[in-house]
Amino acid sequence: MIEPKIAILVIWILVFIYSIAGSIDFGASFWAMIYTKQDTQASEIANRFLSPTWEINNTILVLLVVAVVGFFPEAAFTFGTVLLVPVSLILLLILLRSSFMVFAYSVQGYNRTLRTVSGLTGVLVPALLISALPVTEGGLVQVGPRGPELDFGIFFTSPSVYMYMLFGLTSELFLSSLFLADYSKESRDQGAYKVYRRNAILFGPITLVVAVVTLLSFRPEASWLLSNINRYQNWFVLSIIMFVIGYSALWWSDRGKKLEGKPRIAVIFVILQYGIATFAYGTSHLPYIVYPYLTVGEAFTNINTFYSLLNVLGLGLAILLPGFIVFWALFLKDKRYLQRK
Amino acid sequence: MDTVTLARAFFGTSLAFHIIFATLGIGLSFMVFLAEVLHLWKKDNDYFIMAKRWTKAIAILLGVAIPSGTIVGVQLSLLWPGFMKIVGQVIAVPFKIEIFAFFLEALALSIYVYAADRLRPVTRIFSVFLVAVGATASAVLITSANTWMNTPAGFQMKPDGTITNVDPWKAFFNPTFWSTSYHVVVTALMTGGFAIVSIAAYKWLKQRNDTKESTIHRKALVLSLVVALLFSFLTALSGHTSAQKLHVHNPAKLAAAEGLFETQKYAPLAVGGYVDPATHKVKFGVEVPFLLSWLAAGRFDTEVKGLYDFPQDTWPPFYTHLLFNVMVGLGTLLLMIAAIGLYMYWRRMIRRGDSYPRWLLWILALTGPLSMLSIEFGWIFSCSGRQPWTIYGIQRTSEAATTAPHLGFLFFMFGAVYLFLAVLVVIVMKSYFRRNPIQKDIERYLS
Ligand code: HDD
Ligand code: HEM
Ligand code: HEM
Repeated sequence: MIEPKIAILVIWILVFIYSIAGSIDFGASFWAMIYTKQDTQASEIANRFLSPTWEINNTILVLLVVAVVGFFPEAAFTFGTVLLVPVSLILLLILLRSSFMVFAYSVQGYNRTLRTVSGLTGVLVPALLISALPVTEGGLVQVGPRGPELDFGIFFTSPSVYMYMLFGLTSELFLSSLFLADYSKESRDQGAYKVYRRNAILFGPITLVVAVVTLLSFRPEASWLLSNINRYQNWFVLSIIMFVIGYSALWWSDRGKKLEGKPRIAVIFVILQYGIATFAYGTSHLPYIVYPYLTVGEAFTNINTFYSLLNVLGLGLAILLPGFIVFWALFLKDKRYLQRK
Repeated sequence: MDTVTLARAFFGTSLAFHIIFATLGIGLSFMVFLAEVLHLWKKDNDYFIMAKRWTKAIAILLGVAIPSGTIVGVQLSLLWPGFMKIVGQVIAVPFKIEIFAFFLEALALSIYVYAADRLRPVTRIFSVFLVAVGATASAVLITSANTWMNTPAGFQMKPDGTITNVDPWKAFFNPTFWSTSYHVVVTALMTGGFAIVSIAAYKWLKQRNDTKESTIHRKALVLSLVVALLFSFLTALSGHTSAQKLHVHNPAKLAAAEGLFETQKYAPLAVGGYVDPATHKVKFGVEVPFLLSWLAAGRFDTEVKGLYDFPQDTWPPFYTHLLFNVMVGLGTLLLMIAAIGLYMYWRRMIRRGDSYPRWLLWILALTGPLSMLSIEFGWIFSCSGRQPWTIYGIQRTSEAATTAPHLGFLFFMFGAVYLFLAVLVVIVMKSYFRRNPIQKDIERYLS
């Protein structure tokens, strides 16, 4: 059957989109917190980007959850049971973050406190989100008489889990600074551009090193995954090449402009880098959703529901596409919005 | 409390919290739309000021509506994994479409809020129209899932629990989908209307001199009273249809709502009182002869099923009688208040050029919270009247619930955060509108 493969591909595409969009979103609120006191526009820029976009990002997260429930109901059952506590924490943090961001926009007086809360939750959420990955790799879930359960003892003492979290964090900071560098350049804001470019230059290599260490620190139960990953080595090499091109674009000279570097190119190549790596990781993960208890085939929904969902997904995206384009034009391109003081 | 009871209380609390913001999101965006249309049509900038200020309120509310909705959405899988296993196979479609309604609303609202100054008036109205459409569509879609729980359709379950013959669209358009969605939407619009009635009446009370400001409050009051009256009327009609559907599809729920134990023709309607679990009688209620039979299907000799027709372990809780009565009672009361409010406006102000009675303004100021209360009671009635089933006749709540530990602790944390945010929303609203008094807007847009 080809259908479960399509379904898991859709899920991975959504995971990928959310990991990029989410990193940028959460990272932006972190930077907005860090630069609140500085006299550059760095904090303003981050907030200007955040105000209209966090909602869309949040909806992507919900789309991902709904897609898992629809395509792989059995996986929703397992994750729901196993991840009750960590996911509940994530939900609480998201609730606080979104509401505080909105409140900060309305209540000028308490700006600092509100921004600090949204900034701090902005680092905690991605770290917790990514910890779902090691849980699927084996050894952390036990199936007892009451159903599947997460072994918190192992979870909290496993270096692999912490490496994943670290990887989530550095990726978030790297991707968001890169994106904000591009956004500041689009806004013609020299000061902010310099700040974010410097951050991107710093976090690029760090992220790469952390990624390698994360792979090396895999738990013994995850050796099946590691050996699969080895088979896709070429993909990872390709991913690193994308990184090198993207990273170097930060120094490419941009003729006629006084700001050094082509952040737009850098963003595109780094997104490719993550796309390729996600795809390779996702393929290596097959056929398991949660090793060794649940495979893609077992978790799959029935055929009728699958096709209805796929049609709805395609149709919905097609209908909304103009909306996204208008949105892009208004908030990510329009000079009147970007260069507002 | 055992895990199942905890999960029920936990989930009910999350939904009761979310619904406040979601309902206002629908009702208020519709009010903003009306104000924008009136502004364009009558060329009256007062309506522009209303639209601006109400939009600000929506933006603040959405800061809680969206994450709290995300919470209930994810909590479905966390607290009811057994239920979601079936949902995923049968009724995943509305959830998926709902996401696009969210996208639509989020895109349109961002555009309306953050780019209003760069849009032409017609484009602006179009974008706020899309906000209202998106919010309403999300309500209808989630209601589809809920009606499917009450009247499941579009699949078969074998004795061993496997599911076959799935028809997702038949599940979507299950027998109560249309009637219930209609009721949910008109109640939300009614509540949006009364929310504005409350605020306008209260503000007008504080501003009796004939200023520009009081004119705006007066116009807002009239507009919202018209909306509230129209939709309370439709609410009563659609609620009646919902009750008739219960008679056909969920007779046990209707029996519990009415405290009816013996199956009978010429069944009386019990208004008020409570159901005594020992004697199986409604105590302190008023019985209107024949009315229940007549309401259930339009004839006095309609046979209405009583609870004794059902095994006792499938009886819904008796307090649903109270929930149902409060919802219907408040609906009737609010309908009358809206009618009187408009009538008095016509008689005292238009015909006699007199002032509006203050006592009535005080009553009108209470209507918003009362309307919201009906929404809460209605939902809790609908969900707990389904007990002990999560999917009526198919899956029991105990089979749907999670088995994971630590629920009590999480419930406590979430409860505390909900409370904290509820207080904070009020503070933020107050602080924003105090620092941006209507006078400021009047100076900016009217002079
Ligand atoms: C402003 C709020 C409000 C008001 C005034 C009313 N309702 Fe309602 N009612 C709701 C808000 C609501 C609701 C919150 O929207 C519910 C919960 C679930 C649903 O379908 O809608 C609901 C459910 C609901 C149900 C249960 C449907 C089910 O469980 O399947 C019935 C039978 C009625 N209503 C009937 C009425 C009647 C006869 C009313 C008389 C005026 C009335 N409602 C007023
Ligand atoms: C009748 C009851 C409900 C109504 C009227 C309602 C309506 C709404 C509205 C208007 C929003 C804001 C949408 C936006 O601006 O993006 C929202 C958000 C949300 N609701 Fe509800 N909702 C209801 C119950 C539920 C339930 C039971 C669930 C869970 C399954 C749910 C899941 C969500 C989710 C996931 C969001 C956030 C979407 C996002 O991320 O943008 N809602 N809801
Ligand atoms: C938004 C307003 C709603 C409120 C205030 C509400 C309230 C409640 C309450 C109090 C319970 C616990 C029932 C009991 O213990 O007696 C419950 C259960 C439940 N509700 Fe609702 N509900 C709402 C809407 C919905 C919608 C739209 C859905 C559909 C997706 C839904 C799905 C459920 C589920 C799955 C349960 C748990 C299983 C069960 O108890 O049957 N609810 N809800």
